[in-house]
Amino acid sequence: MDISKDKLLEMYRTMQKIRLFESKARDLAMAAEIPGFVHVSIGEEASATGVCAALRKTDRITSNHRGHGHLIAKGGRLDRMMAEIFGKRTGYCKGKGGSMHIVDYSLGILGANGIVGAGLPIATGSALGAVIAGKDDVTVAFFGDGASNEGTFHESLNLAAVWKLPVVFVCENNGFGEFTPMATVTSVKDIAVRAKAYDIPGHIVDGNDVLEVFRFTSEAVARARAGEGPTLLECKTYRWEGHVVGEQAFLGDGSYREKSEVEEWKRKCPLIRFEKWCAESGKISSAELKKIIADTEKELADAVEFARSSELPAPSEVTDDVYNNT
Amino acid sequence: MPQISFIQAINQAIAEEMERDPLTFLMGEDVVLGAFGATKGLIDKFGAKRVRNTPISEAGFVGAAVGAAMAGTRPICEVEFASFFYCAFDQICNQAAKLRYMSGGQATMPITFRAVFGAMGGAAAQHSETVYAQFLSVPGLKLVIPSGPSDMKGLLKSAIRDNNPVIVFEHGALGWSREDVPAGEHLVPLGKAAVKRPGDNVTVVAIGAMVPKAMSVAEKLEKEKISVEVIDPRTLIPLDEDAILASVEKTNRIVIADEGHLRGGAAADLAAIVADKGFDFLDAPVRRVTSLDVPIPFSPPLEKAAIADEARIEAAIRAVVGR
Repeated sequence: MDISKDKLLEMYRTMQKIRLFESKARDLAMAAEIPGFVHVSIGEEASATGVCAALRKTDRITSNHRGHGHLIAKGGRLDRMMAEIFGKRTGYCKGKGGSMHIVDYSLGILGANGIVGAGLPIATGSALGAVIAGKDDVTVAFFGDGASNEGTFHESLNLAAVWKLPVVFVCENNGFGEFTPMATVTSVKDIAVRAKAYDIPGHIVDGNDVLEVFRFTSEAVARARAGEGPTLLECKTYRWEGHVVGEQAFLGDGSYREKSEVEEWKRKCPLIRFEKWCAESGKISSAELKKIIADTEKELADAVEFARSSELPAPSEVTDDVYNNT
Repeated sequence: MPQISFIQAINQAIAEEMERDPLTFLMGEDVVLGAFGATKGLIDKFGAKRVRNTPISEAGFVGAAVGAAMAGTRPICEVEFASFFYCAFDQICNQAAKLRYMSGGQATMPITFRAVFGAMGGAAAQHSETVYAQFLSVPGLKLVIPSGPSDMKGLLKSAIRDNNPVIVFEHGALGWSREDVPAGEHLVPLGKAAVKRPGDNVTVVAIGAMVPKAMSVAEKLEKEKISVEVIDPRTLIPLDEDAILASVEKTNRIVIADEGHLRGGAAADLAAIVADKGFDFLDAPVRRVTSLDVPIPFSPPLEKAAIADEARIEAAIRAVVGR
């Protein structure tokens, strides 16, 4: 597959945005400048980016608790995202959702979700909605290896397969459900094989290779759009940070993974890998990449400034938006 | 005006609303066949795209209804029996109910959930429960409990047009009840109680299948010059508090009759509201008539012992009027 230079630049920009946004979110949470639970996806940038690069604006995604990357990749604005995790009125959800619940319907982002596995039936239904409405939009469900043990995973794959719905199930297998190693609680080594049980295609994808993710997703999306039904993609990846920022505070010395394992995965950094590919293929110069980094740093700094200087919601807003009164 | 049954009223409401809006569609367990008759024949009118049998997989398809609503369609989602909602609690309570609020008002969730509830003779606890109380403290939902065919049609049509998740609880024992129902457009607004029968001595607020029971008790007591006002709230969320309080202001006595349980039930909630906002009107304690706090049993004499009935409504009325 020939990927245009603009697309390559866009993918790199997205990965940088995620890396920088997540690093900043982690620092702000550690400094207690933002409230609540923050789950960052440093190390997993390629799967969010490669998947969303294969989507168009009217396609939709559902995401999970570790959702910042998916939202950025689908076009989420850093300033309104940052304002949301600060709990500000200018945030995407007016401060009612926070880090785990950012939504932008205008971009087809049906939302991050705090319940593991909840996004799969919603994505399945979103795909059903497209069929009912006679549109050819595709929906992607992002979820983790942990969610693949939820009933909703199995029910959604079955329903989507039976109705041949235009949905792509993207499992980001980072090896851990919270603090529990996947292998100790999962009956299969590869989540992708679970596709067989529902008679749909399942593929293992190198989740740290943005180009491979993009290629597999493009194929699955084309299949879905053509009415041929769902696909399960398993992106093998790893999170460099903990399950939740600040977990050391309650885990103490209770380590659940080896430092050497983390170091090994850091050597597989998706951004460095892409940079190397750019150099080797000669497609993009290092000056172009550096400019993207500088632009993104500026965009992030502006986003943090926007969030900090935005107003908190007024207590009177607490009762707004429970019901739609139209 | 044609006389039709509760079940036919459901069928009419769905057919009319699907006729009206091509994005309204039906999904659920055995809706193609129409297991209880409510959705019978809709497949012939609207085709397989808009009338969909789901697998018996409540979390999956209830969650899919949420996603379909977020994609701009208007699903009518049936789970056969209301106790099956427990299998989809997350999808209703965490997703459908909350996502509008959590998204700062971005999500619109026009879903109508339908299910049969209540004791209908030997169905045992997992097919006979009154489960709306479980949803009463979930902000974001609307709860509708029709007591007869005319309200069934009018409330269901309003529920389908509503831009929020609405659960319509259809009492199984009312299925073949019949009454005059307007053909064509007939809308009953959500949040407006019905005074089923005016009276002066005591208010009976009755929910769902307790309405016809309360009506027959009221008729009986009229012969003894006990004048009973029967109020059917019709929807628990939104609740027409004004209608209930206005009635208590007039009668100064209230009995709340519900087939749900005593502790934490809908009757408890209504009693608290009356105690809170209508205390000065009261000349007697608020009395609740509910089912016993036991799972609804299978064997007929046990089921009868568990379920609130006319005799208990009558006893409660006599207790508060002192006659």
